[in-house]
Amino acid sequence: MKKTYIRPLDLRHGSVDLSHGGGGRAMVQLIGEVFGRAFDNEWLRRGDDGAVLPAPAPGERLVMATDAHVVSPLFFPGGDIGCLCVHGTINDVAVMGARPLYLAASFILEEGFPLAELARIVASMAAAAKAAGVPVVTGDTKVVERGKGDGIFITTTGLGALPAGRELSGANARPGDTVIVSGTLGDHGMAIMARRENLAFESEIRSDTAALHGLVAAALAAVPQTRVLRDPTRGGLAATLNEIAQQSGVGIVLDEAAIPVDPQVAAACEFLGLDPLNIANEGKLVAICPADAADALVAALRAHPLGARAARIGEVIADEHRFVQMKTAFGGRRMVDWLAGEQLPRIC
Amino acid sequence: MKYVDDFRDGEIARGLAAAIAREVEPGRRYAFMEFCGGHTHAISRYGVTDLLPPAVRMIHGPGCPVCVLPIGRIDQAIQLALDEGVTVCSYGDTLRVPASEGLSMLRARARGADIRMIYSAADALALAQREPERQVVFFAIGFETTTPPTALVIRQAAKLGLKNFSVLCCHVLTPPAITAILDSPEVRDLGIVPLDGFIGPAHVSTVIGTRPYAGFAAEYRKPVVIAGFEPLDVMQAIRMLVRQVNEGRAEVENEFTRAVTEEGNLKAQALMAEVLELRSEFEWRGLGVLPNSALKIRERFADFDAEARFGLRYRPVPDHKSCDCGAILRGVKVPLDCKLFGTVCTPETPMGSCMVSSEGACAAHYTYGRFRDIPVTAA
Repeated sequence: MKKTYIRPLDLRHGSVDLSHGGGGRAMVQLIGEVFGRAFDNEWLRRGDDGAVLPAPAPGERLVMATDAHVVSPLFFPGGDIGCLCVHGTINDVAVMGARPLYLAASFILEEGFPLAELARIVASMAAAAKAAGVPVVTGDTKVVERGKGDGIFITTTGLGALPAGRELSGANARPGDTVIVSGTLGDHGMAIMARRENLAFESEIRSDTAALHGLVAAALAAVPQTRVLRDPTRGGLAATLNEIAQQSGVGIVLDEAAIPVDPQVAAACEFLGLDPLNIANEGKLVAICPADAADALVAALRAHPLGARAARIGEVIADEHRFVQMKTAFGGRRMVDWLAGEQLPRIC
Repeated sequence: MKYVDDFRDGEIARGLAAAIAREVEPGRRYAFMEFCGGHTHAISRYGVTDLLPPAVRMIHGPGCPVCVLPIGRIDQAIQLALDEGVTVCSYGDTLRVPASEGLSMLRARARGADIRMIYSAADALALAQREPERQVVFFAIGFETTTPPTALVIRQAAKLGLKNFSVLCCHVLTPPAITAILDSPEVRDLGIVPLDGFIGPAHVSTVIGTRPYAGFAAEYRKPVVIAGFEPLDVMQAIRMLVRQVNEGRAEVENEFTRAVTEEGNLKAQALMAEVLELRSEFEWRGLGVLPNSALKIRERFADFDAEARFGLRYRPVPDHKSCDCGAILRGVKVPLDCKLFGTVCTPETPMGSCMVSSEGACAAHYTYGRFRDIPVTAA
């Protein structure tokens, strides 16, 4: 008897073709040899259409979040689309105050995409999921014709358990509260931009992509009365704070001099005419808490490796217009507005 | 960031602010125009206005490249991309400027036009070399700062004998625009725009030097202080202008000595003169048709002139009836005077060009300053 009757996938030189999404033997093989092997766990091993999961503990509620990932380039200093799509969704669940439990992953692959790159991305996802202790319990794969996708798109969905009595929301900020960030801003976006524009700096700008549920747990253990947690991804700190101001019906005043920005990121932004406050982060928290708890929250964040450069950066004020303003380091004031369209470099 | 942060120091700014406040004469008002969008941006972004005494008013001038670009020129670029099927390359903000029929270059792209955003003229040339089957047109805009790179790529294209590269040259000149403002009835006769002096351009002056401004000081009796684009440069220039006004002087002074010389960049000037020549007239948004105010490609390089290659005709298009960009560019109105500002005209849906670039007076005020229009009140 032959052992398998199937020729293994050529993970070095092979590429995705339409049969890998066709529902036939090739698809089953791709799922088994690439995804099943990397993510291996009791739910995937059953091979069913969905995962049967235990109910949360009594009093706990479920939190669900989903995030599509279309980053280009796929591999960048500090990470790749694989770990990014795990971190991004874990963080969306975590900033709700929930303990992330499970992930689902859906892949859209473009015909011709190298299997070697797919395997590398999936390995990175699996490593990130394992490090975070959050298994990928179900998934899906589709293949689109060449030219109809950009290599690979990954959508991940996360499920988490929210302890009884915990209420975090962007609508909770109150005048007098303190605004805190967990570290330097703009690292992820500038790592991507620097790679796209082939900017070379003395040392490489690295993405801050990281799973933040440990940092969140430390923060909430120290200051359970924390009112708002957010991860300032697309649109950067500026977009996140404008969202919170809208939701809570308050104004926010920032102190520019207190906002941590890595000097390399500041230099790259300067070069491209960009504002670090508009640049995406993938491993940072924005926290808003009552002023009398701010020192404790900053201390708790700083005690964690992912929050070493945490800082208080501003305060919430009463303002019916819901403006986000900033005291500039120069001594003036200005608004910190949403981005208009895509942030484009100025030309002269 | 050495040499950058040094010019944004809050401590020094406070010292300069105090000095300006001391030197302002009681009862006297000072109105200065910062010509360049770069200065407008710096003033808004760093909140320079908050550091000035109430007697000093800054008027935002027309020195924002996309703001002075008339609709008819954008139409030409869109026509090339949509009707002629060529690939049009231009700088970022240009893509968002509203054109005729509700189009912009970005919207034309959504309709299938091949329009690319580039960071430098060299990117357009490289694209033409890389894809020889494609006709590539570089839509070249801007003042004297962005002109030498355009001249350079035209010369390089000629040397390489490229058959698929040309330039739609819409470069404009700074001194004629300043003359137009000084000659406008609002400044000259009616006194609607009180104008006591200019902050002169930073980057433009690195190319043209300080000499071209001498006439404004001598003939029009207006002080000019050329200043860098950092906020401390702007404050220092304001202090120098206040002093000139107090002492009754009208001179060209150079605050930006670390980059600007009297004669400017001779190499860049020679390059521009080799490839480009004066247009007899050019339409500016807000300032109208100005004689000898722009550059065209010399006959010798006509093969690389998109207007000649594609037989483009210029058709002037009036601005939206209610759009006050023209008056705002001349300093006659401020953004808040415009009915459209912040209602139908926003950075997401610009009606006029001043709302497009962050260097434009309207976009700068909308993005950085609109909280000043309404007092902050508790909800």
